[in-house]
Amino acid sequence: MIWLRGHLGDVLGLTVQHIYLAGVPLLLGLLIALPFGWLARRYRGLYPLLIIGTGLLYTIPSLALFIMLPLLLGTKILDPNNVVIAMTIYTVALLVRTVADGLGSVPDEVNQAATAMGYRRVRRFMSVELPLAVPVISAGLRVAAVSNVSIVSVAALIGVPQLGSLFTDGFNRAFLDPIVVGVTACVLLALLFDMTILGATHLVTPWQRAGKASV
Amino acid sequence: MIRFETVSKDFPDGTRAVDELTFEAATGQITVLVGPSGCGKTTSLRMINRMIQPTGGRIWIDDQDTAQLDEAQLRRGIGYVIQHAGLFPHRTVVANIATVPMLLGWNKRRAEARALELLERVGLPTSFAKRYPAQLSGGQQQRVGVARALAADPPVMLMDEPFSAVDPVVREQLQDEFLRLQDDLGKTIVFVTHDIDEAIKLGDRVAVLRAGGKLAQLADPAYLLAHPVDDFVADFVGRDRGYRALGFQASPQFLLMQEQTVPLGATPAQAADGARDGWILVVDANRRPLGWIEPDRITTPIEPEMLQRGGTVATAGGPLRNVLDAALSSPSRRGVIVDDQGALLGTIRAHKVLAEIEERARPELQDDEAPR
Amino acid sequence: MINRILTWLADGAHWHGDDGILRRVVEHLEYSLTALLIASLIAIPLGLYIGHTGRGRFLVVNAVGAARAIPSLGLLFLAVLWLGPKLSGDIAFLAPTGLVLVVLAIPSILSGAYAGVEGVDPAARDAAIGMGMRGTEVLRHVEFPCALPLILSGIRSAMLQIIATATIAAVVSLGGLGRFLIDGLAVRDTPQTASGAVLVAVLALIVDLVLALIQRLVVSPGLTGRYGKVSLMDAETEATSPAPALQHSV
Repeated sequence: MIWLRGHLGDVLGLTVQHIYLAGVPLLLGLLIALPFGWLARRYRGLYPLLIIGTGLLYTIPSLALFIMLPLLLGTKILDPNNVVIAMTIYTVALLVRTVADGLGSVPDEVNQAATAMGYRRVRRFMSVELPLAVPVISAGLRVAAVSNVSIVSVAALIGVPQLGSLFTDGFNRAFLDPIVVGVTACVLLALLFDMTILGATHLVTPWQRAGKASV
Repeated sequence: MIRFETVSKDFPDGTRAVDELTFEAATGQITVLVGPSGCGKTTSLRMINRMIQPTGGRIWIDDQDTAQLDEAQLRRGIGYVIQHAGLFPHRTVVANIATVPMLLGWNKRRAEARALELLERVGLPTSFAKRYPAQLSGGQQQRVGVARALAADPPVMLMDEPFSAVDPVVREQLQDEFLRLQDDLGKTIVFVTHDIDEAIKLGDRVAVLRAGGKLAQLADPAYLLAHPVDDFVADFVGRDRGYRALGFQASPQFLLMQEQTVPLGATPAQAADGARDGWILVVDANRRPLGWIEPDRITTPIEPEMLQRGGTVATAGGPLRNVLDAALSSPSRRGVIVDDQGALLGTIRAHKVLAEIEERARPELQDDEAPR
Repeated sequence: MINRILTWLADGAHWHGDDGILRRVVEHLEYSLTALLIASLIAIPLGLYIGHTGRGRFLVVNAVGAARAIPSLGLLFLAVLWLGPKLSGDIAFLAPTGLVLVVLAIPSILSGAYAGVEGVDPAARDAAIGMGMRGTEVLRHVEFPCALPLILSGIRSAMLQIIATATIAAVVSLGGLGRFLIDGLAVRDTPQTASGAVLVAVLALIVDLVLALIQRLVVSPGLTGRYGKVSLMDAETEATSPAPALQHSV
């Protein structure tokens, strides 16, 4: 792939941009989704409301959101922060339900035992519920991560530089190579995100690993 | 009549689940297959309607070799009840019950009418007709399962631990109603359970299987209790065999002792007047026994909280077991016997009951009792 | 900005004619529904088969993940650049685009159909066979109806994906509402772009709502739990059977 060799620096630069645009929303989205998800569990009436609300947000096609946000926020269309905010919205939309379901997957008996032992609510959330909800949340996070990497590429249509720029570039010049490189890079990046989250989950949930060994 | 002729089942991994099983399930009777896990009872049951194919031997239903029949046709003529009912969650109760008739091509109205009829038969209100299985409790779902199996009026019913998944109180109700239903319908039923007490209670004949799918003993419940053929069967049947066997014997017309009684509100003096051996029985306006009382221990007129309720009450003509228990459990050592309406007839002491029991002959050991 | 969007939308000229909003909406729906139909025709039977027989499970498990990871824009460009020159006329961009739309939609529907059949209560399936239903009858009377909620979920996901991708496909000359976004961006006509974005969002929401309604109508209440108020006592009450045998204590 001669083209790649000649443009390696560019591709790497775009990859870094892409990681920023896809990754930051993941972290922000998770942080925002946690309290919302917790609220949805705590106040049962909120659950359907939140699900519908986040569902609505997720329904909006990515290009439309990338265009509407700058207008709503008053920023320039080309500002990469629009993309970050838009992606964060998508991530939150995906994760609120996951967090709620993850917290819901913690067996009731465990919660009650923790309370009976004297854990107060916040401490119980941090020390008991959240860790046990990690597997479910992590699965949702992986889905969000892979989706984000893919959706960010659409921002090339509004001129924000990242791996998607290779697509528009290639198409405009009717040249397949950049596009192939771009698609491959996206897929590999998605895989990287996926495995990183998987690895982090393994580290944070030693009891899951132990279970297998004890058989 | 269902006949097993040296039926075997070998699974691909080499296990022999059923080993040359030969027995007959008589027409119009309940034959129970019972045994520990791995004895092949469920496998044997499922070979009757060919959910599992035998690897050896043949199964006959009324002189028809089941292997020769089309599977689906065979099954449409056999009622099938399983442990968790397996109701179709997307269909109403009525639609569930009407499944086989619809498969057989009945017209919809006839099938639904039949379904409603069966709904009542299994003791559910017709208001349940349009409900969905998710709205029913476990016991109710099982009843619908039984109704569904009966819908096309099959002569044969296969039941695989149908009452195991419900709690004991519900289980007993279901068992009692099942027996009443069978009294009316007289189906040929093969019933699988792991619970020997259920087997003894429900079965006309009980087949005890041992691990590896071999028949250990086939006999009626009383005989099984009295003459287990070997240690395995004896162990499996369990303890208290003599006592449990009494459940099969009806009591004769015992000569009962007359009892003086007092109503609630009687004074200690009145109670003491009729007491015998320090105890007197308290009854209600319809002569139904409420409890025993020791007049020496009370100082005020009799109130319900003062009554001793330790003893059970037996119906005259009922099983000997209940009469003996009434005598044994009574605080006054006098067992209370009542009539069908629950009104007091008299009392009896344990030694009288035991004397009667000892007079009775035990079921004869049969010479031709062979395990196969 | 909102004002400018409203002004643009209020302009009657924007609604009619070959480039008008109405025409574009119809186009967008045409492309989307066609792709959805084709994808369903492929994915539903395949998913039902895999769920029923258990063969090819790895296909389903990985398909959804793979489809999620592949950037739709890149795939569109690839398809058009690669297939386009081989075809002539409108088909040159319609066929590759259509292909991409279908391919991206298949995994969701496939996964839904597979999961739906997999999730059928094994006892219900066993009972169905035991009662004398043949394989196809079990599929038709039991497995498919019970799988319907998940199948429809998959279809909803797929439709969202299709609408979004069709929007982007305007960049490879496809019609539909995406035209307003892409054309607007090209000539820096912000009101057009913004209005287009709003229109697409609204279309997506309406379509999802319609599908949700269909889901509500078509799926048996026994599966969703929407069977109106049944009192808790009702469900707890055991059958109205005769009282258990006289076994009271005295």
